[in-house]
Amino acid sequence: MTTAARRPVPANPVELSRDLAGTGYLADEGLATAGYLAMRLGRPLFLEGEAGVGKTAFAQALAEATGAHLVRLQCYEGLDVAQALYDWDFPRQILHLRAVEAAAASSGERTDSRSLEAGLYDRRFLIARPLLQALELSPCVLLVDEIDRADDEFEAFLLEVLADAAITIPELGRIAAATPPLAVLTSNRTREVHDALKRRCLYHWVEHPDFDREVTILRSRLPGLTDRLAAQVATAAGRLRQLDLIKPPGVAESIDWAGALIALAATTLNAESAAATLGAVLKYREDHDRVRATGLANLLQALS
Amino acid sequence: MKDRTECREDGGARNGELTGVLVGFARTLRHAGMAVTADRVHAMAACLDSLDVTEPRAMYWAGRLTLCAEPDHLPIYDAAFVAYFGGQRVVTGLPLPMQAPLPRVTAPFLPGPAGEALGEEPAEVLSLSASPVEVLRQRDVATLSTAERAEVRRLVTLLAPGAAPRRSRRRQPARRGQVDPHRTVRHALAHAGEPVRLQRRRRRNKPRRLVLLLDVSGSMAPYADALLRFGHAAVLCRPAATEVFTIGTRLTRLTRSLRHRDPDTALRAAGAAIPDWHGGTRLADSLDAFLTRWGRRGTARGAVVVVCSDGWERGDPAPLAEQTRRLSRLAYRLVWVNPHRGKQGYAPLAGGMAAALPYLDEFVAGHSLAALEELAEVIARA
Repeated sequence: MTTAARRPVPANPVELSRDLAGTGYLADEGLATAGYLAMRLGRPLFLEGEAGVGKTAFAQALAEATGAHLVRLQCYEGLDVAQALYDWDFPRQILHLRAVEAAAASSGERTDSRSLEAGLYDRRFLIARPLLQALELSPCVLLVDEIDRADDEFEAFLLEVLADAAITIPELGRIAAATPPLAVLTSNRTREVHDALKRRCLYHWVEHPDFDREVTILRSRLPGLTDRLAAQVATAAGRLRQLDLIKPPGVAESIDWAGALIALAATTLNAESAAATLGAVLKYREDHDRVRATGLANLLQALS
Repeated sequence: MKDRTECREDGGARNGELTGVLVGFARTLRHAGMAVTADRVHAMAACLDSLDVTEPRAMYWAGRLTLCAEPDHLPIYDAAFVAYFGGQRVVTGLPLPMQAPLPRVTAPFLPGPAGEALGEEPAEVLSLSASPVEVLRQRDVATLSTAERAEVRRLVTLLAPGAAPRRSRRRQPARRGQVDPHRTVRHALAHAGEPVRLQRRRRRNKPRRLVLLLDVSGSMAPYADALLRFGHAAVLCRPAATEVFTIGTRLTRLTRSLRHRDPDTALRAAGAAIPDWHGGTRLADSLDAFLTRWGRRGTARGAVVVVCSDGWERGDPAPLAEQTRRLSRLAYRLVWVNPHRGKQGYAPLAGGMAAALPYLDEFVAGHSLAALEELAEVIARA
């Protein structure tokens, strides 16, 4: 069992928020409180919010800030136990069997079938998938990403693993976590997640950041960005979110946008540089049309 | 906030009072329409233990993180929090916004327009006994008497609308199909490593999602009841793969309310949930709300989407065309049900309907029982 360099649990949400800031993630009051309570109470944290507001990044930052391992389970339709929990390495088992047979044939000894059988179901033939990894690594942040994409059956199964922080493998026995992993579940609401799962979690809806926070995020993510350009991008992104678009830009998009501006060596966000980089922030043709119709100049007016 | 500063003075009384405060807050939220269970209140209390209670925001976040379960709860929670902790008087004993129960009617069921068969020979009446259902099947729901309507309701609940299954990404063991290396090797292990028999697998079928968008505006009022019952039948048929929304002046998700087994209870719950019964129509806005909040995220993706509306849109039909186009691009099949289509001489010329028409896969009537049966078939075939 591997142990990471463990750090003490923060004493209050403010302290956690400071630790997170140290890793470059700026959490607001609600998210910091949610993360702090999840750690204190050992409850899973269920995060929802628009795409690109930093749900996945939060789990990554949390792992870094608390000095825990990060294990990520990306959910998709058809995810099953063999891909999420564990699997036996059958080809290796057969190879082992054949090797023992061949050795026995050449030396003329009789093999003990019982010890051979026990040897086959050894930990070294077990492939740990993310959930088992999360139980074996300690301490650990388990990120279950886009849980809404997995099937309902998987949800029930996940609930069981999270509740016990242990699993039983018939051939091997029970594997329990030394410290239960801190689970962070994210969802994009493509489907209603079952109440039983939500009830055991702390629920937090992640909002778009306000102007000041977004500027700070941009500055910390892109060291080459000037204060002026960061403020301009944050203002313009904030205005785009007011525009009733099909896909309002998240923080991830404004970081991309600022990155694109730096790559083009633009020093200011004007109609020309905005038109050249609009593809980094708006991903629908209808949205492009709408922004062009309202006029890029309107969007950018009075930018300092 | 006053209660808390007072009760910090002694430990025992403090816990009791805090529990009282939390239970009172939970009751306020329940009155506002949130389902706050006892274990959620326990969780809130546990959170407060870990937080600095003198911090005014601690109470807010402890409650929001534990008592809310979806974004729709957040505005309700915020308002209730201000009302309860902000010193405003909470009006207790407020009745829940429930619709008055419908009067129960027990009238003898007479065939066709009442009174026609009276005065005939008894034998002839008997021979007619099977036909009322047949007649009723073709009748426009809007023109039915109370007793006939009850019979139609009963028959609608017998429908089982569900979309044809789709291929899933999951595989299951099968006699024929691709070789399943995993199971073959596992099987071989039981025979000392000899692959005695090849194990096979094939793709599994999953029910395709069905999304019903029901217009409950004033102009659709005569058909709303039958359509809601149709929705209820669909939810009962495939509870996990069906979503029902009402559109009118706003979007309301009804799936949860319609999960009651008993149709009348389910419809009463649905009635309580719909704030815009028989109001106006803002079709384009409602569709936009559906697409933004549900459709694009995945609810409409690859689903059979059924819009039940007469397509009467005041004002410019261009936005409706735009939203229908978005919907048709996401949906696997887009079906539009318009009760007026069943009427003789109807042509989809009304602004909204004409604008939406080019993007539809199917355009059906839904005015009678027979038409609803046909709709169920169209859905199953899609």
